[in-house]
Amino acid sequence: MIGQKTKKLTTFTLSRRRAFTGLLFVSPFIVGFVWFYLRGIIMSIQFSLSDMTTQGLGYSLEYVGLKNYRYAFFEHPGFRQTLTSSVVDMVIDVPLIIFFSLFIAIILNQKFRGRTVARAIFFLPVLLNSPLINGVLTDVRNMMIGGVTATPSTMTEEATSVGIGVSYYVELLGDIALPNNILGYIVDAVARINSIVTSSGVQIIIFLAALQSIAPSLYEVAKIEGATPYETFWKITFPMVSPLIVTNMVYTVVDSFQRSGVLDFVYTTMFGIDNSYQMGAVYSLVSMVAVCGILLIATTAVSKRTFYQN
Amino acid sequence: MSYFAGKIVKLKALREDTRFQNEARRAVRSGRELLAAIFRLVLIVGISYVILGPMIGIVASSFFSNSDKLSPVVYLIPQNPTLQRYIRAYQLLDYWKVLGSMLVYVVTLTLIQIAVCSLVGYGFARFQFPLKKFLFACVIIVIVIPLHSIMLPLYMTFRQFDPLGLMTLFAGGPINLMTRTAPMYIMTIFGCGLRSGLYIYIFNQFFRGLPKEIEEAAFVDGAGTFYTFLRVMIPNAMPSIITVAIFSLVWQYNDIFYANLFNISNNVIISKKLNTLNLSLAGPPDQILDPGIRALYVYAGIILMILPMILIYVILQKRFIEGVERSGIVG
Repeated sequence: MIGQKTKKLTTFTLSRRRAFTGLLFVSPFIVGFVWFYLRGIIMSIQFSLSDMTTQGLGYSLEYVGLKNYRYAFFEHPGFRQTLTSSVVDMVIDVPLIIFFSLFIAIILNQKFRGRTVARAIFFLPVLLNSPLINGVLTDVRNMMIGGVTATPSTMTEEATSVGIGVSYYVELLGDIALPNNILGYIVDAVARINSIVTSSGVQIIIFLAALQSIAPSLYEVAKIEGATPYETFWKITFPMVSPLIVTNMVYTVVDSFQRSGVLDFVYTTMFGIDNSYQMGAVYSLVSMVAVCGILLIATTAVSKRTFYQN
Repeated sequence: MSYFAGKIVKLKALREDTRFQNEARRAVRSGRELLAAIFRLVLIVGISYVILGPMIGIVASSFFSNSDKLSPVVYLIPQNPTLQRYIRAYQLLDYWKVLGSMLVYVVTLTLIQIAVCSLVGYGFARFQFPLKKFLFACVIIVIVIPLHSIMLPLYMTFRQFDPLGLMTLFAGGPINLMTRTAPMYIMTIFGCGLRSGLYIYIFNQFFRGLPKEIEEAAFVDGAGTFYTFLRVMIPNAMPSIITVAIFSLVWQYNDIFYANLFNISNNVIISKKLNTLNLSLAGPPDQILDPGIRALYVYAGIILMILPMILIYVILQKRFIEGVERSGIVG
């Protein structure tokens, strides 16, 4: 049986044979995609275009055209706002997280005492990223800031009486003629330090793996040729890491979207008070299209500058 | 005057002395290194605190006795530390049994993920076939799509599991796979498990980054495609395999979405078991009515839950570093 198969294959040209092998490698994914995702997406589109009534395990659909979409965009009070604020958050977060995680990965890749511990700590937010633990963590964070007895109001009173005003420093920076939009971005970034740190664990690990896969001989050559550390970074480290920048960008966009309000919105629409699956399908499809669009723009912009071996 | 003139001459002599120059340069270099080290230390300690702060709170609180919890003067360091929280959480979680079945579930799924996703990623990275771009776009869709949107279709697929009518043929009707772990295994085998799209993407990027020459050498030496993949590409991809292994272990361990969707038993999913902790403490025989005190048990439960993951991560991380040497593309 197998012998026959190979005999048949040898009549192929090399490229056709390679194409066949390639398809063989990819085939599990194709089956899974068609079975679970394609079918699921088609059904979701169906739901989004109809009125749905459930009875027991089954359901019945009545085609209503774009009515649900029209409702989402023109009548629903919160949807557009949630969507735009999530997109804006994402645009601010993504570059910050990428730079921060590359920076941290480079630092963690250096040799120093306690490196293993530091790496474990930076990965901790990923270990703790479960809905239950996240809820508990927010409570405990508040407790840690306020102490057990301090209430939020006494905290702010103290802060103002000591004279720590963030706005003072912001104005100071404004006085040295920093453009307002850059200033706003910086202030935003500082305010987001917590969320940036906790959501860049994965990216740090991916960058670390990339940094470690760079052949040491490349650095040796650069050293012998007299390259400065600055040149070494831009001529070796950065190009070798660049394919993973795209990966990280994809991950960060998706992750920041999943942390944003849109998914909660979808979830509450489907299973909350509304309990309307068709509207949930509309929201999730629209948000999916939005994320795909952003990814398409971002990755095409970055991949042009990416270095691949082949 | 002459005193200063003498000094200046001495300084000039010093400047011309090569030994002094070397030493000065060395001092500057070590000073710069020290500065870098201090900067690194401050940065790492600062950011670590942002991450560890709440964790310290949880660990400290889990040792609180009732009086510590209620006392206004106790902050982080308990006056009467107790292990009671851990003991009760350990009993209620049925720790070793649940943890054991959880680890079997998670580890087997991770192995399947690595096998399937590396195959698919390699297929995308190195072969040209029709519709390749379209199929890769499908991988992106799998990464991007909010899972809620295919939730109901997925539920229906596995509630009445009947692929191509095979089940009707052999078992006489569709079977119900709810409350079992089977749906997760089926989805993972077909490259659609928890975040499989991302793993495919990582492997794809990694294989694309490896030089083609090593494969061509294997091909010229007469190795078949699968043999090349197993013996040449996989050993080279060790860093990415460890990366995917860590992610898959951790996310599968923390996953609650699929666990809820397929209604997998509490005795397999430890985070679901942990969710029931709060409720069972309120009822008999414990009858703890203060939610603040109940939270202390939950803290202990959380520590018990994440401990194995931290252990696995620390162990794998060593291999992660070893991966560097094994990834030796050159020499």
